[in-house]
Amino acid sequence: MEPKPIALKVLDVISIILLGVATYLALVFAPTEAVMGQVQRVFYFHIGTAWVGLLGFLLAAGTGVAYLVTKDAKWDIIEVAAVEISLVFFLITIILGSIWARPVWNTWWTWDPRLTTAAITELIYIAYFMLREGIEDPDRRARFGAVYTLIGGVSAPITFMVIRLFRTIHPVIIGSGDPGAQGTFAMTGGMKVAFFFALFTFTVVFVDLFWNRIRMGNLAAKVEQLKLNVMQ
Amino acid sequence: MDTEERSAGDRPLTIKTPAQISSAAPRPLSNFLKATLAVTWKDLAAEFRSRELFSAMLVFSLLVILIFNFALELDIKTRQSVTSGVLWVTFAFAGTLGLNRSMAVEKDRGCLDGLLLAPVDRAAIYFGKVISNLAFMLIVEAFVLPVYSFLYNVNLFKAGLLLVILLGSIGYTAVGTLLSSMAVQTRTRDVLLPILLFPVAVPVLIAAVKASGGFLTGDDFANILPWVNLLIVYDVIFIAIAFMVFDYVVEE
Repeated sequence: MEPKPIALKVLDVISIILLGVATYLALVFAPTEAVMGQVQRVFYFHIGTAWVGLLGFLLAAGTGVAYLVTKDAKWDIIEVAAVEISLVFFLITIILGSIWARPVWNTWWTWDPRLTTAAITELIYIAYFMLREGIEDPDRRARFGAVYTLIGGVSAPITFMVIRLFRTIHPVIIGSGDPGAQGTFAMTGGMKVAFFFALFTFTVVFVDLFWNRIRMGNLAAKVEQLKLNVMQ
Repeated sequence: MDTEERSAGDRPLTIKTPAQISSAAPRPLSNFLKATLAVTWKDLAAEFRSRELFSAMLVFSLLVILIFNFALELDIKTRQSVTSGVLWVTFAFAGTLGLNRSMAVEKDRGCLDGLLLAPVDRAAIYFGKVISNLAFMLIVEAFVLPVYSFLYNVNLFKAGLLLVILLGSIGYTAVGTLLSSMAVQTRTRDVLLPILLFPVAVPVLIAAVKASGGFLTGDDFANILPWVNLLIVYDVIFIAIAFMVFDYVVEE
């Protein structure tokens, strides 16, 4: 087994430090929002994790196409890494968002375009892993995975548009009204620092996790190959 | 029809050199159409003789309506608002049943391999399957609509609603056929199809429910138009995607 690259080890440490600083900035340094109070602090990590989720989602759809075109197994490994990270981070985003929404919108959940699309994307990802689970042949698994991420990658934005249309035609569905209007606020200097730092931190965390996950995928592929060799 | 079947069945017997195959690659459209219709015809003929799938889908959809009747207490007031939803859930469930079965019979005795051996464009196999699946779904819908009208005393025969049902069914079967041909090649098979299909079919179901609801309540056409447009866009996009990726799904 090849040792973990030094650069990756350094990146791991940097990620942990950055996460610590970002937590400090979000929870202590940033000023308390006047109307919403302490709960608004969730926002910094909420956007950060959502950004990572979106990044993973775009990468997954792109690598799906790349795999189908090139048939290179490395794209499959990258795709799995992207989907897995995106799955986890969208889940964190949804949970953080609900914590914020409960006091601000007075409900844990509304069928807003963003919330619904995030939830359906999670379901698509879960279906993706169930699909992969059921296929033994690695080649076919990769092909089907790529086809499914491509379909999901096209369908999720359409879902977003559909639900937006749904809301513009029927504006009064949920009592709390437009989420853009409920709970917006202007960011002051300290808030901006915490916000952009969180965004930066999560980008680094994403790169770190992505790298680790790809490395793990490569090792897993190697193990699978060795197992096949032993069986023959 | 006989000649079509024979032309599709006979071709593998003639041996071709690679050069001939590559020169034959850009086949004329009529051949593509013939192959598509041959696959459709095969499915319809098999179904016409056994009537397994159709009776299962029909009885299942009637049961779904029956369950909805008691689950939702479909009195006159609720009926107004939920009819389109009940119809589409019924169609979606019955459709899944049909999609699952139509690919499972191909997989069972290696029929799919036989189909794939035929030297026709694989997209023709896909389109043939889509058309036959669509036909099953439309036939079931053609039975469910009058039954629902009869049971609940609503007139469902409005041109707009029928158009929406056609567009929605096209989108649903276009994605469903592709995904079911993936699902049958996995270990979990039939349970997998709804899990794969429903999250990506959400747009088509929402748009279809909204458009049908609009036509049923006599809403302004300007309000319904965006939903109908969405259905058309979804149909076009997903037929195009399936056309492009079907090769990867059936490849050995």
